[in-house]
Amino acid sequence: MLKILKYSFFDLIRSRWSIIYFFFYFVTGMVLLYLSNDVSKAVASLMNVTFILTPLIGTIFGVMNFYNSREFIELLLAQPVPRKNIFLGMFLGISTSLSLSLFLGMGLPFLIFGTFGSDQIMSLVFLLISGIFLTFIFTALAFYIALVNENRLKGFGLAILIWLFMAFIYDGVFLLLLIFLQEYPIEKFAIAMSLFNPVDLSRILIMLKLDISALMGYTGAVFNKFFGNNSGMLISIAALIIWSAVPVFLILKKSAKKDF
Amino acid sequence: MIEIKGIEKKFGSLEVLKGFDLSLSRGKITAVLGPNGSGKTTLIKSILGLVVPTVGEIRFQGQTIFNDWKYRKEVGYLPQIARFPENLKVKELFKLIEDIREAQGNPEGLIHSFGLEDFLNKKLRFLSGGTRQKVNLVLTFMFDCPLYILDEPTSGLDPIALIRLKDLIKEKKNKGITFLVTTHIMSLVEEISDELIFLLEGQVYFKGTYVEMLNAEKEENLERAIANILEKEHAKDS
Ligand SMILES: Nc1ncnc2c1ncn2[C@@H]1O[C@H](COP(=O)(O)OP(=O)(O)OP(=O)(O)O)[C@@H](O)[C@H]1O
Ligand SMILES: [Mg+2]
Repeated sequence: MLKILKYSFFDLIRSRWSIIYFFFYFVTGMVLLYLSNDVSKAVASLMNVTFILTPLIGTIFGVMNFYNSREFIELLLAQPVPRKNIFLGMFLGISTSLSLSLFLGMGLPFLIFGTFGSDQIMSLVFLLISGIFLTFIFTALAFYIALVNENRLKGFGLAILIWLFMAFIYDGVFLLLLIFLQEYPIEKFAIAMSLFNPVDLSRILIMLKLDISALMGYTGAVFNKFFGNNSGMLISIAALIIWSAVPVFLILKKSAKKDF
Repeated sequence: MIEIKGIEKKFGSLEVLKGFDLSLSRGKITAVLGPNGSGKTTLIKSILGLVVPTVGEIRFQGQTIFNDWKYRKEVGYLPQIARFPENLKVKELFKLIEDIREAQGNPEGLIHSFGLEDFLNKKLRFLSGGTRQKVNLVLTFMFDCPLYILDEPTSGLDPIALIRLKDLIKEKKNKGITFLVTTHIMSLVEEISDELIFLLEGQVYFKGTYVEMLNAEKEENLERAIANILEKEHAKDS
């Protein structure tokens, strides 16, 4: 499996898309730090970009890479390699490669500005962790969708739809529900809703870490009230781990039965 | 070497293989014949584990192949349609497969006999159809295996490459290697095959030698014998 992982990893990391992706975070991070010179503020601004962009990039690369590797997959399937190693290796290769671009692109500006000594640097670490979680989760979802749909256009459309839903629509629907159900005790419902969206979960995680109640939003506040900061963060992380595991499990299950 | 029992394969509502038994004997060249879409490739892919049969059992040297992968170390497979990562160079592809198989291959002699020296540094997507097929052949034969499964090995080859391929197959056969070959080239069947399987409508319609097939259909060449069978089936259907 390591060989396939390595091949997929280097194939992507050498491409110009990885470099563009890296520079995007690098430049954004530099500019934000230069303008504010405040770690918390920079992290809060970066967060909004990260939570839209990492799922989108994971989605696009997950789908495209799978469809573009059809040939490679067919070649590998006839070799003495277990099926699950092929799909796991490819998925891990893409997601670690994207995560590395994110990690370096976002981490380097903070290193350059010498902000690593400050106490607030942990909020950057948390942002990196949730960005990496989102990369893995959305790459896996996209990979699974591509595996199920032979039709590229349909697969691509579906994957983008999921991203749109998680990154934008979910929040709108959520907000509407909260307004309609104002009179009822809906805090538990709100918590449950958040658990079903990895983007929300990541946002809650960072808000709790930054501990800026003005930015926490309704769900962040509910999490804070119900679990307190620390257990709230633990629960978010646990939910993100489950979110990462489920699509991988689906990929393995589907790929074991598929005809090529 | 290979035992197939009651193999059935459906793609949705399309029944391609309708439950038959088949065994391949060691050291023989078996040719699988049948019209387009009769399920030859599906049968081969089932043996390789690329296609999962709906029902049935496949054994390789006595062991079931389902959920196994190690047996593929002993199978050299030539796909009907060669699919490669298109941005690789030919020699990078050879290296990659050696890496993945964790085995040292011997491509040099094959590269020479198929005249691929000048293409080693070219990217796969720039190769002509026949040249791709030669690369496909080198990739298959560069590893020593007791069994080779060749799906339409001659497609796109020029006469010289064809002669080289036949010689290669005969040479391996003399060393006791087993072959399973599909082809629409009847002269190839006549020249190299020991046994012949004719697939029709998801069943094994005929199994035997070349001469037995001619005698059964009372024809003097294979093309006519096959045309005969297809016409009879056609008459039955209508
Ligand atoms: N993955 C698949 N999904 C759906 N249908 C398939 C799939 N693979 C093959 N088929 C169908 O199964 C039937 C048998 O195909 P197969 O490729 O086995 O034929 P073949 O005997 O190899 O034909 P040819 O001589 O043209 O190579 C065809 O009707 C084909 O369309
Ligand atoms: Mg075929």
